[in-house]
Amino acid sequence: MTNAPGSRRKWILEWPLHLMLLPGLVMIVIFCYGPMVGVVIAFQRFLPTGGLFGSKWIGIDNFKYVYSLPETMHVILNTLFISVMKIVAGIVAPIITALLLNELRKKAFKRTVQTIIYMPHFLSWVILSGILIDVLSPNSGMVNQFLKWLGFQPIFFLGDKSWFPFVLVGTDVWKEFGFGTIIYLAALTGINPALYEAAVIDGASRLKQTLYITLPGIVPIVILMLTLSLGSVLNAGFDQVFNLYSPTVYETGDILDTYVFRMALINGQLDVGTAVGLFKSVISLLLISVSYFFAYRFANYRIF
Amino acid sequence: MVQPQTLGSRLITASIYSALALMAALCIMPILNVLAVSFSSNTAIDAGKVSMWPVDFTTTAYNYVAQKKEFLASILVSLKRVALGTVINMVLTLFTAYPLSKEVPQFRLRTWYAWIFVFTMLFAGGLVPSYLLVKELGLMDTLWALVLPGAVPVFNVILLLNFIRALPKELLEAGFIDGAGHVQILWRVVAPLSLPALATVGLFTIVGHWNEWFGGLIYMNDPIRYPLASYLQTVVVRLDLTQIRSADEWKLFAELNDRAVRAAQIFLGALPIFCVYPFLQRYFMSGIVMGSVKE
Repeated sequence: MTNAPGSRRKWILEWPLHLMLLPGLVMIVIFCYGPMVGVVIAFQRFLPTGGLFGSKWIGIDNFKYVYSLPETMHVILNTLFISVMKIVAGIVAPIITALLLNELRKKAFKRTVQTIIYMPHFLSWVILSGILIDVLSPNSGMVNQFLKWLGFQPIFFLGDKSWFPFVLVGTDVWKEFGFGTIIYLAALTGINPALYEAAVIDGASRLKQTLYITLPGIVPIVILMLTLSLGSVLNAGFDQVFNLYSPTVYETGDILDTYVFRMALINGQLDVGTAVGLFKSVISLLLISVSYFFAYRFANYRIF
Repeated sequence: MVQPQTLGSRLITASIYSALALMAALCIMPILNVLAVSFSSNTAIDAGKVSMWPVDFTTTAYNYVAQKKEFLASILVSLKRVALGTVINMVLTLFTAYPLSKEVPQFRLRTWYAWIFVFTMLFAGGLVPSYLLVKELGLMDTLWALVLPGAVPVFNVILLLNFIRALPKELLEAGFIDGAGHVQILWRVVAPLSLPALATVGLFTIVGHWNEWFGGLIYMNDPIRYPLASYLQTVVVRLDLTQIRSADEWKLFAELNDRAVRAAQIFLGALPIFCVYPFLQRYFMSGIVMGSVKE
C-alpha cells in the first residue's frame, strides 16, 4: 500500500469492510479451503493413525486401482446417463408447464396450480423417498394398485435395475418441474405484448402465436439454462439416489457420489474415496468454467 | 396472449385447464395418500382400501410415534439446529454480502474477496476430506458439526449482494454524509431495505436446515443425537432398503413394517415445511427471479 494521502483516507473508509468479511472468510478458509488441502490423501496410502502428514505417499496408485475396478466405468456411465436425461427432462417439463400456465386467464386457478406444483421442491428427498417407497411399492403401492386396475402386471419400480434410472428421472422431474417453471414464466412476462396484438391482426392462431412469438422469446433463457447445467453433469443427485437405491439396482443406479460414499465411509477406503472425489471435483471445475465462459460470452451472464 | 373466442380456442383452453389440473393432482396425490395411510387402521391399509381419504380413522400411529424417545429427541436436535444454523447463516450472509456489494473504487480488494468466496462454489475438497476435517476439529457428535461447515451460504450471499447493488445509491451516500459508518448504514439502511431478500434467504435457510440429513448421518456416532431428517432417513428409508434384494423381501418388508407408523413419521417430518410454505411463497417468486435472471 502506498502512502499517498488519498490512500490513507481510503483505508480508514475501508477497514470496517475488511472486518465485516473476516468471520465469513475464516469460516470458508477452514471449512471449504481446509478440505481442498485434504485432497492430498488421494495420493497417499492413508492411515487414520498417521494422519495427513504421517501417511505414505504412493503417487497415483489409488487412481490406478479405481481404474482397474470393473464398477468404475459403470458408475461413470450411469452418472452421465442419469444426469443428461435429468437435464433434458428438467428443461422440457418446466417449459411446457410455463407455456400452459401462460395461456390461462383465471388468476385464482393459475395461482392454485402454481402453489401445488412448487411444493415438492421444498420437501427433502428423505421425506419424498419415504412417500415414494410407499406409493411405488410393488404389492400395495398406489401406483401399482392403479396399474392392476388397468389390467397391467405390477412393476417393481425401485427394485428393477432396468426401471430404476427412469424412476430417478421421473421422480426428479416430479419434484422439480413446478419450481423450474418460475424462471420460464418470468421470461414469458418479458415478451412484448404488442407482438401478440400484431399477430392477431395478421390472423395468427394460438398455436402460431406460441410457435413464432412465445418460443423464440424464451430461447435465450433456455440456452442459458442448458449451458449452466453442463457444469453439473457429474452431479446426478446424491440425495435422491442414496435414499431410493438398494443393492439390487447398483448396476444401473450407482452414481459417482454414492460410489464415493460407500467406498469411503462404508468400506473404510478413505484414500480411494478421496481419489474418486478429486477426479469428480476436477472434471466438474473444468465443466463449470467452460459453461460459465459460454454463458458469459453468449448470454452475457455474470454470477455477481 | 390475445385469445379470440372461437370454439376451437375454447376447446384448447379446456384441455389446458385439464392438463394443469392433472399436473397439480399428480403432485399432491402421493402426499395425500401418505397422510391418509397415517390415519388409517392396519387392516384397511393391508386390504389396499386407502387412497386419498383415511379408512377406519384412527390416531394409533401418532400415539405410538409420540412415545418414541428417539423421535422426540431428534425433533429437539432439529429445532436447535435450525435456530443456531439460521442465525449463523443470516449474520454471515449479511456481513459478507454488504462489503462485496461495493464497487472496486470504494473497496479496492472487493474482486479478490469475491473470487475467494465464489471459488468454493466451483471446487470442493469432497466428502472424505470434509469428514476428516470435522473429525480432526473434534466437532463429531456436536451441533457445531451440523452448522459450521455450511456457515457461509455463498449462493445466498450472491443473491443478497445483487439485491443490495440494485438499491438506490443516493440512500447509502446520504447516510455517509450524515456521518454514519458502514456498520450503521448496514444496520439502519441496507438491512431494512433488503427485507424482502433477507426474508427469502432466511426462509430458504430454515427449510434447508430442517431438511438436511446427511451431516447428521455421518457426523453423529450416536443416533440419539440425530436431527429429525437423519433419524427419518435411518428408520423410514435406509433401514429397510439396504436389506432388500428381491421382490419377496419387498412384500415381507411391507407386511412387517407398520406402514401407518412410517407414514405418520414422514408426515410429521414434512409438517413444519407445510407450515412455513405459505410465508415462503409470498417471497420466493421475486427472490428467485431477482437472483437468477439478470441481464
